[in-house]
Parts: sequence; structure tokens; C-alpha cells
Amino acid sequence: MRRIEAVNDFVIKFANVNGTGSASANHMFAKSIFRMGIPVSPRNIFPSNIQGLPTWYEVRVSQKGYLGRRGGVDIMLCVNPQSMADDIQSVDPGGYFIYDSTKPLDTRLMRKDVEFIGIPFTQICLREYDDARLRLLFKNMIYVGALAALLNIDFAVLKDLVSDQFKGKEKLITPNVHAMELGYQYAMENFTCPLGIRVERASEIGEHISYTNHILMDGNTATALGAIYGGATVAGWYPITPSTSVVEAFERYARRLRIDPGTGKNNFAIVQAEDELSAMGIVIGAAWNGARAFTATSGPGLSLMTEFLGLAYFAEVPVVLINVQRSGPSTGMPTRTQQPDILAAAYASHGDTKHVLLFPSTPRECFDMSAEAFDLADRLQTPIIMMSDLDLGMNEHMSPPLEWDDSRKFDRGKVLSAKDLDNMDARFGRYLDTDEDGIPYRTYPGTHPEKGAFFTRGSSRDVYATYTEDGEAYVHNMQRLLKKFETAKRYVPAPKIKMAKQKTSVGALFFGTTASPCYEAVEMLAKEGHAVDTIRIRAFPFNEDVEKFISEHEVVFVIEQNRDGQLRRLLINEGELPPNKLISILHYDGMPITARSIAMSMRDSLSDNKVTPITRKTAKKVKS
Amino acid sequence: MSYSKPKFRHPDLPTNELGLTKSDYEGAISTLCAGCGHDSISASILNACFEMSIQPHRVAKLSGIGCSSKSPAYFLGKSHGFNSVHGRMPSVATGANLANRDLIYIGISGDGDSASIGLGQFMHVVRRNLNMLYVVENNGCYGLTKGQDSATADLGSATKKGIANPYEPMDLVSLALQIGATFVARSFSGDKRQLEPLIKAAITHKGFALIDVISPCVTFNNSVASTKGYQYVREHMSHMAVDFVPMREEICTSYQAGTTQQVCMHDGSAVHLHKTGADFDIHDRHAAMEAVYHHKQAGEILTGLLYMAHDSDDLHEVLGTVSKPLNALTENELCPGSRFLDSINEGLR
Repeated sequence: MRRIEAVNDFVIKFANVNGTGSASANHMFAKSIFRMGIPVSPRNIFPSNIQGLPTWYEVRVSQKGYLGRRGGVDIMLCVNPQSMADDIQSVDPGGYFIYDSTKPLDTRLMRKDVEFIGIPFTQICLREYDDARLRLLFKNMIYVGALAALLNIDFAVLKDLVSDQFKGKEKLITPNVHAMELGYQYAMENFTCPLGIRVERASEIGEHISYTNHILMDGNTATALGAIYGGATVAGWYPITPSTSVVEAFERYARRLRIDPGTGKNNFAIVQAEDELSAMGIVIGAAWNGARAFTATSGPGLSLMTEFLGLAYFAEVPVVLINVQRSGPSTGMPTRTQQPDILAAAYASHGDTKHVLLFPSTPRECFDMSAEAFDLADRLQTPIIMMSDLDLGMNEHMSPPLEWDDSRKFDRGKVLSAKDLDNMDARFGRYLDTDEDGIPYRTYPGTHPEKGAFFTRGSSRDVYATYTEDGEAYVHNMQRLLKKFETAKRYVPAPKIKMAKQKTSVGALFFGTTASPCYEAVEMLAKEGHAVDTIRIRAFPFNEDVEKFISEHEVVFVIEQNRDGQLRRLLINEGELPPNKLISILHYDGMPITARSIAMSMRDSLSDNKVTPITRKTAKKVKS
Repeated sequence: MSYSKPKFRHPDLPTNELGLTKSDYEGAISTLCAGCGHDSISASILNACFEMSIQPHRVAKLSGIGCSSKSPAYFLGKSHGFNSVHGRMPSVATGANLANRDLIYIGISGDGDSASIGLGQFMHVVRRNLNMLYVVENNGCYGLTKGQDSATADLGSATKKGIANPYEPMDLVSLALQIGATFVARSFSGDKRQLEPLIKAAITHKGFALIDVISPCVTFNNSVASTKGYQYVREHMSHMAVDFVPMREEICTSYQAGTTQQVCMHDGSAVHLHKTGADFDIHDRHAAMEAVYHHKQAGEILTGLLYMAHDSDDLHEVLGTVSKPLNALTENELCPGSRFLDSINEGLR
């Protein structure tokens, strides 16, 4: 059997039991590699459960800086007997299976092409600790210590991480370090360390980019910080996985950064509402009244908010909605990732409605777009929906550091002050298209004793906001809203285009968390002689660069994480693009899409030299 | 269509402390049916705001959907208004109030809007003790869709169609009392002498103030068999007269001992309650619930101020927000700047 040999380029997966404290130990493992200067992307694969069900943690280590899922597992560390049979099967040939050897392994499960490394974690714990809770917790630290020996992780880095983790609870540092040492010693005494798969400290890492100043951060925290920097003062929300941590992080930062120094009072208000309907109502009320307001939700919440989104679109209220997507429909797989709400968000509400969507793909972009969403909402006086997802929101990703330009001012859009109203000769008309960009002027309630008051409504009205059922006035207003949506193209983030080194007629189009594995797949194909240009969509409405890119290529792969090729449909619908040249590559089993599966789909399609309009490749077919 | 009222007014119209006349508090011409109780409520709100010398533009009017929710267009034309979606005004009002605590918030809802589609939102805005006047224009039926029974229609009551309602009614006053409302009143659209002082007291109250106003639907629910028609309500109302004395007026009215209860409000205003049918302590929530129940058992509608908390924290106080309206905060107060971001980045390496 040939063992996998790899330095700074492998996938390790941890199979744990939910609720046993493994998450923080696994995090420490990933962070230690990150601190050794090696790009790393950890992913938590967790159940909708508090305690007892299987949970996994997958860490990709990639010297080249590929941060998407690669596919396959080189090392499996399994401390969960429930999932052991499947976990053994999932290891790549030549890989390693590290398990708790306190009880003998069922020999029927053994594979010849995998090396089994047994460490008696439970036995060590029973010997060392009397308390049942400590046995459970320190078992995790013991395996982290063992991995340090097996994979050549700098033990001093791990010790620093323990000190960071238990800052303020110094009593816990020594026992945690001791637990790691137990594992470390056992591995050193019983195995040849390090294994063929290992890490080596890299001072300058990555081939094409320098990652030295990068950070490791989850998208939801970055999104929350974006809302702080973007000036959000009101948040209405309802708890739902995977968006809950957006508002929780917002509150945490607000309690640090938004306290009035004179009075100790809050420069923010957060209301946990009775449901998502109310959460969106709170945002609309606050935004109508001139505060910057937002909510965060996921699929089922988006469904509930559609009624209010229609109102905000039609009444032109600037709201910000963070949609951290998970798999649907209905409850779907609530703790698994997907990009399944593109159409539901783009056209949320009955009647003719279109919403501005933003697609971040890194924590840095979550921060930037979240802050920018408030400017866009005010500028365009319409809902701005940021389409994050569970993988981006809840997992830590290596990302460029967050930056802020201190000279930046909030763009509050077209708002008339009392002085503006005094200087106006013409009658104020809330829905008058004075600048011919489809965006009218608004006033905040309470601005002026005589001028500028109007009645906001979800029913049809004339340009002076007076109720009317006049068909002409209705059509005029609907056309203006369409014009405003055209104007939006000038303001939303432009797509990112990367051209291949050789000229090619093949393109790939993607967005959000699909981007990282797509770039990797494109590089894999380039090595095989297939050149592919790429375009990463960052917003809807699509600007003209998108249509141009598609028209300049004969074949464009549209790669996304849902069943129905929703972005492809949106492109066809909005751009009147020829469907035949847009080839879907789809993945929607709830796990993040992998570079290997994307490469395989594109390779199949390109080498057959035939174009099938839609190929639906699930993870089952493309083993990831 | 909505039509504005002509601006021409008699030059000697009385003015209030702001020098405004009642015409400054008018809205568009009502499109509700002639004789609709809702128009009387609009007139009472208008009168109360005029007499309290409230600046019209410092009021925000909010509503849901239905006949009642149309009515904010028909008073205070110089105020911003927001006719939101069916049953969801409480959440919009919550957001609006959080954004600017300095305005006066008047929410107008109906029995369909608050007791059916919006019951959840109604209950939760009560719990939040949002500082607002919440008027339910309660006619026991869906007017705009032509007369279906609503959730507040009494058991056995019949609309114009003559079919007796087979379901138990929802009583918003009882529900509000039960979940901790800090100001609860019931009145009748046809009794402006009671309704106007209640509106004044409710506006002055710091916290959530509910006035459930029986407001007959002249078109669909004013039959003899209806318990929300003019005739029935007039005959079965247990009336408690109410006076509102603003803070700045010297309290000089004297009532016979034992017949009047004087209740001080947080800003120094006072409410005088003239006891007739009901005799209970206005600060006793339990007594209010019992009184409402007993009157209902006796076939009577108890009206007047039923409960008012001595003192309570409104949502801003619960959340500890600054006194400056949140919508007036700027980059300086809101944006932590790049230096803090540097420390964030450092912590993530």
C-alpha cells in the first residue's frame, strides 16, 4: 500500500459526538496550523441537535491557499463509534484512520488500503481524571496533542493558543496543556512521528498571494461588524440557524462600541421579535423613520418576510436583510449549507417585485457588503438583501484583514431636511422622479411643521403619495420603480472577471462560497490544457459586464449550490440570454461544493466536446 | 381617491397655545360610510391633539389594513402616516418608535387587524410596553370586505345578514390586562365626552396605551341583533365619566368626596374619574379584570379608564437607549473607525 505523502496539503476530518466540547479543541487544531503560516479552511458539519448526534469538523490545509472544499479525506480522526463504519469508508486510499483503541476495533471494518492508528484516548482519560466531565473534555485535548506529534505541529503554538483561550481563567491553562502533552507523548512513544502527511512552518506562503496578514474569521461576525460600521442602530430579529450569530455578534460589538460615553446608554436598540414578520416590520418602521436598521434570517424567515419585502419595495423603504442561506425547501436541512434562495429573494413578494441582492464570498466581503448595504438601501430606497450562506456565515475562513476608510461618510441618499423644504418652491412630491433616475426624495417624520409630510402606503398612489386607483398613475409608478432598478446597476458591486492565460471560448460563472472551489477547479483544468475564463457575480441586478462576458463565450458553466440552477434561471430571465450556452453545474447535498467535483463536471463536458444544456450532477454521482 | 378639504376657514376660529386652529389638524376628506363610528374617533383624536396643543408634525400615525386603518388619512394631514400591512402595524410602530423616541405615535387598528390576523403582533407590542396610543376601532365585523364576522363579534350577535355568530369573542381589553398592559381603556365612538379625555390621557401616558373603542359599522353591523350597533351599545354601556387635566392647568375642579378618583400621571397631569357603575382602584389590575368580566356577565359594556400602572418602563427604558433619537446619530457616534478594526484583525490572527 502506498501511503499519501503530503506537506501542507491535505484534508483531515474529525468525527465527534455533538455536545462533548470537541468544537473548541478542533478550532485550536486548525488555528495552530494557521498560526504556523499555512492556509487552512476549517468547516464544522453539525446536526440540528444540542447533544448526542454525530458531528464532524473538516480541515483543509493548503499551501497554495485553496480555501474551498477539495473533496476526499486523507486523515480521519474518529472518536464517535456511531459513525465509525461510514467514517472508515470515507478515507481516501493511502490515508490514515486515527481512532480510540480503548476498545478493540471491529476487524470487519478494517481496510487494507488505509493505515489504522489506534490511541487509547478513553483509557488515558480514565487513568488521569476522576471527574466524568473532565474525562470528556480532556479527551479532545489529548487527541489534539497526539496530532501535534503525528503531523509535526509546533507544540509551542498550541500552548500559546491554550493561553489565549483561557485568558482570565488561568487555572485551566496547565491542565489543558498537560492533556495535550499526554497525547503528544503517547504518539511519540508508539508511532513514527511525523507521518508522511504533515505540516511545515511556512514564513511566506501561497504561490500567488501572500497570506501573512490574513485573518481567520467567520462570515456572520464580519457581517455584524459591517452593520456596526455601516451605522445600523436598530435590529429586529428572530432566532434561526444559521443567521442567529449575526445579531448575537452585533449585540456583542454594540455593547463594546456603541455605548454613549456621557450617559452609559446605548446608541442602538435590538429587539428579539415574536417572529420574522415582526422582525421585518421593526426594520421597516425604523428605516421609514430615518434610522439604519437591519435583520438577519434564513430560508423559512425569508418566506415569512416576503409580504413585508413587497411593502418595502413598493413604499420605497430602505431596509437591509441578511439572508444566511441553508438548505430548503421548508425546514430542509437546517444545519447544512446551500444557495437555494436566489429566486425567492430576487422576486420576494406577490406582484411585480425585484430586489437588489449582494453575494459575498469571503468574511472580508461580508464586512464590506454589509456596511455598503446600508448606503445602497438609503441611496436606492429599497430592500437590500445580502445572500450569505451557512458555510460562509458559520465557519471560519481565512480572509484578507478588515479595512475601513476613516474619511468615509454614510450616504443617506435623497433625504430633504427642513431647510431643503423651506428652500423649495415646488410642491413636495414623495414619488416625483425629479432627477430622472427613478429615485424620489423622501422626508423623515417630524421634519417640518408645514411641508414634507406624506402618507406611506402599500396601496397605489400618485406622485404626491395620495391614494389613487387611476391606472395611468399606477403604471407610471411601476415604470419608475423599474427605472430605479436600472439605476441600481450603477451602484451595486461589479462582478470580478479573471481571464485565462490563453484565449478561450469557455467561461465559468459563479458567486458566493462557490467561488473558491471554482477558482481551484479552473486551475486544475488549466494544467490539463483546458483554459476557462471566470466571472464572479457580486450583485443582482446584473450589470452589462455580465451580459458581455456571456456573449463573448460559446459555453459558460454556471456553478451553484441548489437543485434548480436558480442563478442560471435569473440570468436567462433578466438578461434574455440564450439558455443553451449556459451549462449548469449543480451541487446541493448540504455539504459545501468541492473543487474536485466541479473540475470533474467541467472536464466531462469539455472532453466529450458536446454540450448538454443542463447536467445535474449531485454529490452521489460525483463522489466528494 | 382621497380629496383634500378646502382651506378656507372663518377668520375668528379659536386657536390653541400654538396659534393653530382646528383646521390645522384636519386630514383628507373621509371616504368611509356616512355615520361611520371611525370618523367620530378621528374627530376626537383631532380635538384632543388640538386642545393639547400638539404640533401636528411631531405625530406619526400608523395603521394596518381595513376601514379603521384608512382613517389616519382623515386627521392630522401635517403628520407623516404609514398605512402598513394587515395586522402588522405593531411591529412597524415598534421600529418607528425605536428610531425616534421624540415623536408621538398614534396607531389605529381594527378588530380584524388586531384580534385576528394581527393578534400575535398586538400581544407582543403590549408586552414591549411601546410608548404609543393604540386605538382599536372595534365594530365586530370586516367592513371593507362587506360584513363578515370578526373575532370580537359577540356570541349570538348578528350582522346585517342576520346570521348569529357561533363563536366566542376575543376581548382585547381583557387580553391586554392579562399580559401586563400599562394603560387600558374602553370607550364608544359616540361618546366623545368620554373618548377625548381618554385619548389625552393615553397620549400623556408613558408606555403602551390601549383604547378599545366600540365603533359601530353603520352599513354591515348596526342591526338590532348586533351587540356592536349604536342602539345596543347606548343601552348597555356602563359609563364612567373621565376628565383629563393637563399638567400646566391648575387643578381646581372639585368633586363630591367619594365619587371622584384623581389619578396623577408621570408628567404631573391628572385624570379624574367619576365613579358610577364601576367602583374599583384604577391601579388594581386584578380588579379591572374582574370588573370587565362581571359587567360582561351582566350584559353590560364597561367603559372608561380601566387600568393604569403607577409607573412603568417603556421599551426605550428597558433597552437602555440614549435620549437622543437614534435616527439623529451620525458617523461620529456610530462608526468605531479603522483603529478598532486593527485590533479586531490582530485578535483574529
